[in-house]
Amino acid sequence: MGFFARPHFVRTRAGDYKLRLSEDERALLRSLPDQLQTLLEAGGPDSGVEGIGMVRLFPPAYLEDRDRDEEFHRLMREELVNRRLEALGVLRDTIGGDRLTEEQLGAWMRVLNDVRLVLGTLLDVSEDRDPLDVDPEAPDVPQRVAYVVLSELVADAVDALSGALPPLGAG
Amino acid sequence: MAAPTAAPTEVQRPDTDERSDVDRPWIVIVWNDPINLMSYVTYVFQKLFGYSLEKATRLMLDVHHKGKAVVSSGTQERAELDVFRLHEHGLWATMQQD
Repeated sequence: MGFFARPHFVRTRAGDYKLRLSEDERALLRSLPDQLQTLLEAGGPDSGVEGIGMVRLFPPAYLEDRDRDEEFHRLMREELVNRRLEALGVLRDTIGGDRLTEEQLGAWMRVLNDVRLVLGTLLDVSEDRDPLDVDPEAPDVPQRVAYVVLSELVADAVDALSGALPPLGAG
Repeated sequence: MAAPTAAPTEVQRPDTDERSDVDRPWIVIVWNDPINLMSYVTYVFQKLFGYSLEKATRLMLDVHHKGKAVVSSGTQERAELDVFRLHEHGLWATMQQD
């Protein structure tokens, strides 16, 4: 934690990534795929689960055209769910190991960020306030701690993966 | 100057408008949100669109400070694909005709 913490993901000379996770972090990551899968599979358009955070995973594409937006979701939603299930399958299959390929770390990053989006929406986090700046006895403290840990992991994954981007972009 | 012939303009005008409407490009907009990390958004712009770090950072800062930024444009089909990929990465993206 903090600026001088060792990064959780270290790019090796071979181009893959070494994991440096505590047992607590691994335990948290092990619990995520099942939770997110339950949400994804329950969160159909008619399920009523839609409101709580799911709108962040399946936001509108067309703001001012309801018909086009419905058509977009009719065509794309299943594929979007499948991509997310694939990514959490990668996390589930690789959480016990010590190394990840670039593609696997990319899948981890997306899953961790998805969970941050759902948690952050439920916790109503804002840019101006530390998510841990609450009464330590508050019932949602465990979720807030998880949110902060996931934020650090996503930040480290971004740092590690940025090293694999082509040196010069097209734009 | 030739005398005007029976003018077909009334017939052609709506046709022209319609065509320019179809030709107008679609733009993809990413909106600010309080959850996605700045470094994550910058990385996603680089990864998905092949933008340089400089351009991706400028777009991310526009999103952060101005509330939104146009990140790509093109045909409707292209814009839908970009919106899909941005949604896959958890960004708040919408599309509209310019």
